[in-house]
Amino acid sequence: MTDDKTYQPLALNVPEPGCRPGDTPDFSYFEVPRAGAVARPAVDVDPDDMREMAFSIVRVLNKEGEAVGDWAGALTPEELREGLRDMMLLRAFDARMQNAQRQGKTSFYMQHLGEEAVSCAFSRALQDGDMNFPTYRQAGLLIARDYPLVTMMNQIYSNADDPLHGRQLPIMYSSKEHGFFSISGNLGTQFVQAVGWAMASAISGDTKIAAGWIGDGSTAESDFHAAMVFASTYNAPVVLNIVNNQWAISTFQGIARGGVGTFAARGHGFGIASIRVDGNDYLAVNAVAKWAAERARLGLGPTLIEHVTYRAGGHSTSDDPSAYRSADEGAAWPLGDPIDRLKRHLIRIGEWSDERHSQAEAELMDQVITAQKEAEKIGTLGGGKGPSPRDMFEGVFEKMPPHLIRQRQEAGY
Amino acid sequence: MAQMTMIEALRDAHDVAMEKDDRVVVYGEDVGYFGGVFRVTAGLQKKYGKSRCFDAPINEAGIVGTAIGMAAYGLRPVIEIQFADYVYPAIDQIVSEAARLRHRSAGDFTCPIVIRMPTGGGIFGGQTHSQSPEAFFTHSSGLKTVVPSNPSDAKGLLLAAIEDPDPVIFLEPKRLYNGPFDGYHDRPVTSWKKHPLGDVSDGYEPIPLGKAAIRREGSDVTVLAYGTMVYVAEAAAEETGVDAEVIDLRTLLPLDLETIVASVEKTGRCVIVHEATKTSGFGAELMSIVQENCFYHLEAPIIRVTGWDTPYPHAQEWNYFPGPERVGEALKKCMED
Repeated sequence: MTDDKTYQPLALNVPEPGCRPGDTPDFSYFEVPRAGAVARPAVDVDPDDMREMAFSIVRVLNKEGEAVGDWAGALTPEELREGLRDMMLLRAFDARMQNAQRQGKTSFYMQHLGEEAVSCAFSRALQDGDMNFPTYRQAGLLIARDYPLVTMMNQIYSNADDPLHGRQLPIMYSSKEHGFFSISGNLGTQFVQAVGWAMASAISGDTKIAAGWIGDGSTAESDFHAAMVFASTYNAPVVLNIVNNQWAISTFQGIARGGVGTFAARGHGFGIASIRVDGNDYLAVNAVAKWAAERARLGLGPTLIEHVTYRAGGHSTSDDPSAYRSADEGAAWPLGDPIDRLKRHLIRIGEWSDERHSQAEAELMDQVITAQKEAEKIGTLGGGKGPSPRDMFEGVFEKMPPHLIRQRQEAGY
Repeated sequence: MAQMTMIEALRDAHDVAMEKDDRVVVYGEDVGYFGGVFRVTAGLQKKYGKSRCFDAPINEAGIVGTAIGMAAYGLRPVIEIQFADYVYPAIDQIVSEAARLRHRSAGDFTCPIVIRMPTGGGIFGGQTHSQSPEAFFTHSSGLKTVVPSNPSDAKGLLLAAIEDPDPVIFLEPKRLYNGPFDGYHDRPVTSWKKHPLGDVSDGYEPIPLGKAAIRREGSDVTVLAYGTMVYVAEAAAEETGVDAEVIDLRTLLPLDLETIVASVEKTGRCVIVHEATKTSGFGAELMSIVQENCFYHLEAPIIRVTGWDTPYPHAQEWNYFPGPERVGEALKKCMED
């Protein structure tokens, strides 16, 4: 059938961020709901009755540093101080390791600057025996569970005491004991594995839950969809975390998000309880994580959490963000800095002071430097004692097959 | 012992493994209530319940990805990809995750999963139900790859694959499900019911991975084959009168080098047969291995007979399929040199 109507040539829509190098950052489009404004539903809420929570942001700490609303009050002052120390320790650790990479002591590093609350606060919402399937920017899960700093550094340096025997890129830790699944480095793959782990817990009649992690950019991967459809279909006891730090290397979140308003809203198509949280608010992240974990443990199914945060540093030591975004953007980010905000709250409630903060900063830095010296005594990448080349042939299979034995001998080990 | 088709033998292996070990869970597309499009898992859901045998969404990456998570938890998933042609969406999960988990975590996490899939042609399945993707898996470090050719092996090798501590790709030549196939598509189908290899042992008797079987002893030329091609090679040997020694590799990785080398050293000649495309196929690996290990015993160039480097066709299936005629010509040519 023909039509007299004429059409203009079509044009491809390629979304652009509001602010590139040289521009003045403008977050006026970004709506920041008042702290305490979002009510806390009962854990057995029908996901259909909380749809608006995917478009708002759960926030506990207000501008004055007060904890307000339904989601407040879950943590004691001592727990809050522990949380602050976790985040400060992670920041100090990052600063030293970032620098160690610059000094040539390892090949690569990825820091958490600005995102410390997400993994640190989440970690303390889980129980022993639960399992995280992390990406490369959740070392707070380990730090908050007292994983030894020196072991992390041995891994980063690929030295002789690296528990992974030099096989993995720096920061791709693994610790079953600490509920931390081996980091892949391929994006999105672990999201659906978390769902499988959770299904296994349910199949086995266990009470353990899993937590999957993915970045805003990687939600575009097919594995995100796979995870959602399996989690939803089998009502898996899993908490699915999207860390929306606004940037996927140089690509702003709008390229991954398409036309939908938020990443959390993707859960609606699967009937999954979906919620957005202020990722720079330790109290909010911890409260939402506990809520979601409780739902999972009660057999009420998966929860999708979008942690709204900002990657204040580069993607990795191989990245230069000044090439694609304004240098002032981090300072303009409306949700502030997670450490500053928790510090302010603790001072506000009379449980902390500037003096104690400075003292803690110095102590934590000492702790990191002591660990660093210990790790460097063993070796750094290319210096000191490293893993044996023989290690590269080990552990491909439980029992080394004949062809690998031959190749190992050919290589001279 | 009981006379079984390959489908029945595979079902029996599942049954025995699920009975023996509560950690064995079975799922895939149409696998649960219906029992699989080839009926391999029929009855398992009824017997073991919905949490141990169930239907999966049509998402191969999700099927394999969840199995990896289950294995990390401590289960032993045995999953079905409905056709090997559908496995590609799961390649990242298989190659980057399952295959590397033990190594990259230094044994902190392991991945004892079995990924079953019907493979190969001969059923007028066209390009999406006929491929033989074994070389994708043998090329990836950390995977074992198994291709049984008969009911007895299918059961024993599947049991071994399920108890293996590492991920196993288990390729089931679908043209052999109901009977041995010699490549003559226009002749009546023979059944496993009267075949000696259709006589399957009862109970739990795994057949170790990594061991080939000599299906036909001979002194003229060694034929390296697996899956459906074992029967095509046997037919070609009978028709040409070339006294071929037909080796059924059974496991492609780890490969039974000793059996291959001993045979080629005896015959001095080698023909390699597979259904998959030629370039960078597993035959290229076999050829290299024979050359590296048996060069001074070889009396003629090694010949490969394979599928052509085209997509698997529909109407032209029997022009594509390396039938007994092509294999027979290769045997004769190998003897002339």
